[in-house]
Amino acid sequence: MREKSGIAAYFDNAWKAAYSTFEGLAVTFSWMFRRPITIQYPDKIDKPTQETLPDGYRGILEVDLDRCTGCMLCSKTCPIDCIRVKIEKNEETKERFITSFDIDIGKCMYCGLCTENCKFGAIHHSKEFEATACKRSDLVIHFTDQPRPVAKPKKDREPVDKPLGQVVRKKLKVCFEDKEGK
Amino acid sequence: MDRWDGGDMKELAEWVIRDLFSKNPDTWQYTWAIYLAGMALAAVICLGFVAVFAGPVTWVERRTAGRIMSRIGPNRVGPQGVLQWLADGIKNLLKEDLIPDDADKPLFRLAPYLVFSGMFGTFVVLPFGANLIAADLDIGVLYLMAVTTLVVVGLLTAGWASNSKWALYGGIRSAAQLVSYEVPIAFALLVVVISTGSLSTQAIIKAQGGWPWQWFVAKNPFTFIAFFLLLTSAMAEGNRIPFDLPEAESELVAGYNTEYSGMRFLFFLFEEWANLWIMGAITTLCFLGGWQIPGVSPEKISASSGWTFVGWQLLSFAIFAAKVSWIVFIVIQARWTLPRLRVDQLMSTCWKYLVPMTLVCIAGVLFMDLYIVQGGITDKIIRWIMTLLGAAVIVLFFLRARYNYKMDKDKYPGLRNEKMWYPPYRMP
Repeated sequence: MREKSGIAAYFDNAWKAAYSTFEGLAVTFSWMFRRPITIQYPDKIDKPTQETLPDGYRGILEVDLDRCTGCMLCSKTCPIDCIRVKIEKNEETKERFITSFDIDIGKCMYCGLCTENCKFGAIHHSKEFEATACKRSDLVIHFTDQPRPVAKPKKDREPVDKPLGQVVRKKLKVCFEDKEGK
Repeated sequence: MDRWDGGDMKELAEWVIRDLFSKNPDTWQYTWAIYLAGMALAAVICLGFVAVFAGPVTWVERRTAGRIMSRIGPNRVGPQGVLQWLADGIKNLLKEDLIPDDADKPLFRLAPYLVFSGMFGTFVVLPFGANLIAADLDIGVLYLMAVTTLVVVGLLTAGWASNSKWALYGGIRSAAQLVSYEVPIAFALLVVVISTGSLSTQAIIKAQGGWPWQWFVAKNPFTFIAFFLLLTSAMAEGNRIPFDLPEAESELVAGYNTEYSGMRFLFFLFEEWANLWIMGAITTLCFLGGWQIPGVSPEKISASSGWTFVGWQLLSFAIFAAKVSWIVFIVIQARWTLPRLRVDQLMSTCWKYLVPMTLVCIAGVLFMDLYIVQGGITDKIIRWIMTLLGAAVIVLFFLRARYNYKMDKDKYPGLRNEKMWYPPYRMP
């Protein structure tokens, strides 16, 4: 379109201002009838946010001790040493026990290196993310309280066979109850 | 006992003296006390009304803004967030009242009250209904123009007294902007004054009628244009976006109120939102027939008595409030539609476009009034054409809005498996 000049440009400007305001108001008015995209976390939602997150979301780490062979690869590969595994060996029966498996989620940077190294699918990112605590020590998740024998490695097992997050969810709730002094 | 058929508070006070005390208002020694009581009553009623309007309209504005931006807006305090304004007010009341060390302290303290009284003074002549007006001044429109100037003084005082660069820039800009835009407002009001032959706000309304074709907006093409020019200038006068240069949060932090906090800050915000009503009321009374009830003449209202009289008053107030709310909604919507103007654009809009156009409107209205007989056949034809034009603009607006909605409707389910239809009355 050719640039107008002089008196034509003057009226063209005035007309454009009026016309674009009219069209703009029509656009914004149509938005009054469209669904807002806001998700009203945490209370006014249809289903928990954890269920709406995409697969591959890196939430709080979860360990399935039924699968853990105690190889310590996750602990060794962790760049910030937030996974602490203690293994003790019964000298008579040559049986190995996991005496403690702690993950400090206050330190964890959710890089996912531990899950890549775990050949047995024992450590995973769950979709849990709501970890709030009054003390830093409450953010350390203890996956076992008493020594338990390591799992036997099975080669033909599926990587994951149960929904993730159940263990962590339970552990986090324990944290909250401790905080409230129960 | 005589019936009260007065127009404003003064006549109500005289009626009280005459009929309740059986005294002559001109000679009774306590007349001043009744007048004073009438003034206080009018002030309290108007202040209560402003407070109750300016508060919830902030909620309306934020909800509207939310929906336009595909958000929800405040919906937590009270049912659907309607008490959000109370929460904000209480929060601001409890905040510390900070005054900068280098500020000009008396002026700093004074400025919010200047701004507030400049805004509140207009309520003297703004009618609310057929006989609901604080004072029906003969120079109503002139008084309106004069008293709003106090706002400029207040804003400039606030900017100067803060002793801050941002505040000073904001104050200077507000002075430049508000003084400039008073010119097109005065000219646009002059169009109405010429058509009426009176400066009194009630006389302007009584010169119009209840039906749309009796309004000044439909009187002739020049008043039709003057209506939009007045609305634009009033938005600039009220510091609304797209003419939000004194506050310009992207450039000037918050403009003239940068250094203010707590209750004093609240006074500025209060003035801004109460201005919405003033804006809407001025445009309504000048161009949209004010409180006129369709099919009921003002004489019939003042001739009625008892509860019928009260009923007419309430109905006229409801009609006036509905028209004002419509204007207020358009102004709110324009805020969230249009980008802000630059300073030079603002000035050229005023001096190059609005002022000459309003002058042309004045000339046109003078011409039309000279050569077209009121109530004649030409007058009727012009009024009908203008009414149909106005209706066509409104219908076209809704068609365009519908088109915009339909354009995106089919794409929507791809994002989420819900329907896009979500009207404003559905509150999330």
